[in-house]
Amino acid sequence: MDRKVRVLVAKPGLDGHDRGAKIIARALRDSGYEVIYTGIRQTPDMIAEAALQEDVDVVGLSILSGAHMALVPRVIEKLKELGMEDVVVLVGGIIPDEDVQTLLDMGVAGVFGPGTLTSEIVETIENALGRQPA
Amino acid sequence: MPLFDEEQLQRLRQTLKRWTDTTLKKTLEKRPERMKKFMTTSSVPVNRLYTPLDIEKMDYERDLGMPGEFPYTRGVHSTMYRGRLWTMRMFAGFGTAEETNQRFKYLLEQGQTGLSVAFDMPTLYGYDTDAPEAIGEFGKCGVAISSLADMELLFDGIPMGEVSTSMTINSPAAIIWAMYIVAAEKQGYDRRILRGTIQNDILKEFIAQKEFIFPPEPSMRLVTDTIEFGTNELPKWNTISISGYHIREAGSTAVQELAFTLADGFAYVEAALERGLDIDDFAPRLSFFFNAHNDFFEEIAKFRAARRIWARAMKEKYGAKNPRSWMLRTHAQTAGASLTAQQPENNIVRVTIQALAAVLGGTQSLHTNSMDEALALPSEKAVTIALRTQQIIAHESGAPNTIDPLAGSFHLEQLTNQMEEEANAYFRQIEALSGVVRGIENGFFQREIAEAAFRYQMEIDTNQRIIVGVNDYVANEPVEIPILEMDPAGYERQVARLARVRAQRDNAAVEKTLRELEDAARGDVNLMPPIIEAVRAYATLGEIMGVFRKVFGEYHEPVFF
Repeated sequence: MDRKVRVLVAKPGLDGHDRGAKIIARALRDSGYEVIYTGIRQTPDMIAEAALQEDVDVVGLSILSGAHMALVPRVIEKLKELGMEDVVVLVGGIIPDEDVQTLLDMGVAGVFGPGTLTSEIVETIENALGRQPA
Repeated sequence: MPLFDEEQLQRLRQTLKRWTDTTLKKTLEKRPERMKKFMTTSSVPVNRLYTPLDIEKMDYERDLGMPGEFPYTRGVHSTMYRGRLWTMRMFAGFGTAEETNQRFKYLLEQGQTGLSVAFDMPTLYGYDTDAPEAIGEFGKCGVAISSLADMELLFDGIPMGEVSTSMTINSPAAIIWAMYIVAAEKQGYDRRILRGTIQNDILKEFIAQKEFIFPPEPSMRLVTDTIEFGTNELPKWNTISISGYHIREAGSTAVQELAFTLADGFAYVEAALERGLDIDDFAPRLSFFFNAHNDFFEEIAKFRAARRIWARAMKEKYGAKNPRSWMLRTHAQTAGASLTAQQPENNIVRVTIQALAAVLGGTQSLHTNSMDEALALPSEKAVTIALRTQQIIAHESGAPNTIDPLAGSFHLEQLTNQMEEEANAYFRQIEALSGVVRGIENGFFQREIAEAAFRYQMEIDTNQRIIVGVNDYVANEPVEIPILEMDPAGYERQVARLARVRAQRDNAAVEKTLRELEDAARGDVNLMPPIIEAVRAYATLGEIMGVFRKVFGEYHEPVFF
């Protein structure tokens, strides 16, 4: 039997608005993933290390403060340093359009704003991992 | 005076039965209703029809009364908006103090009647702009205030003794308030005349927004210190804005927002009473802040129920004698979380409905969100439309021309009663948990809210709830709205100013005030006077909070989802 896909949901930076992170964590768990939620106020280093320790396939970053352009590259860089460049990185939050492309170019697999259906996130994960949606 | 007499009600019962068995039945046979279940934004079932039978126990004088009189269901002023419109107060702040100062002056020129400061994340968490924890966060969701020098610039050219200023700040509220007081004194004003509000509501931070720093107990001490200090020294200042807004934004239902907010309010009252303050000395300065969400009647009912519950508790449970202690005065803001990134112009309409609900609910001041807030900080144009929305409601809709115009609506009154009852059930549950702080520590509130937030999202995901532009009426056009650009040199300027402050101040004096502050924190005196001294010496926010971090420690919440 396939190993369950493991997802780390994390909140980098100081932003404490965790409604979205918690909903996504629970929805992904209900979709059959193994979900680990870090809680709030995580540094990029803490997140990358948690991703390594938990041996996850996906890292979902939730940022509503506007600090995404500073925080996301640091997480990606740190994941690379730890040899986890294959991990699928997703970003959710208040992300202006002009930043979305930059994040995608950086290697982020999907950027999700307000009004995203949880099924869209599942679809992105499945596509990125090269699987058929469940 | 009961609203209806028994004979009338008896006749009505028969009429209702006849209608149900004949007219209604025939229609339903021909055409079923659109949905099996109708519900509010909070997933509360809504009946087909409300009649006097749904409010048959109501007593006009006991439950509604007259405006400006107990229990204030119909409003806290006897003339309401006929006397004076609500304060149009737009929350603003971004980048440096200079940039936000310009925005404030613009808003005042556009007819805004009060200021409301948004602080950036580092300031909210008590870090200076150049702290390592502050990376990437400078000025993003508010203005950076690291020392008195920034506060002086923020209000440069704005008469602090004449405007009323609301400051959305919680863990570091005492320090930011001290900066405001000292800056106003330096402009030549006596602190006793200053008007405004600090949010200072730490309990809802633990419950919902998560901008806590210290554990609950020292956090409550700081809040109580500000209440005590304000009572004695700044009689026109609202020392706390007990906020349901963030609880709602975190995904709670309307009843949870109502109940948890008022429960927090009771906790602050009890803390101040334990301090030995007289209820009628401090209660008139307690203020509230509620959300105005999409569900029109549910929102109006919430504001009316809040006033009635508070008035009854203050008078009957806490024994307040001054009518001003019974009055729940509130600010309102439209629901940021209801805004969609898709078809953002539609948000103007959502905000209009929400703002109208807040006005019909009798709010004292109002912020209307900008249409682009699901995408970024609002642009000047979007903010102007949001402010104009309030002005249109005020001058064109007719809504403010009579007091509490929806009173007596069978639906609204039933909903108001029901929300009061459900809130009372939560108060009993919280009491059984040994109070708000224990409830926070064991995750009661967080779990209740997470549950409601998840249910709401699932209703959208499964199309039980339609959000226009999101899961129906979808248009796949690219979004084109102008986004606010911040001055890219702002960060450098702010960091340079901070360095200059540290270099030019009397560092021995700073050391001394910080030492005195630490001693005070270890003891049990009121912390406001030593904070003011440290601020006056230009100790930075980070330095002062550092003292408290050392003495009080930092809080880590239980994590679950």
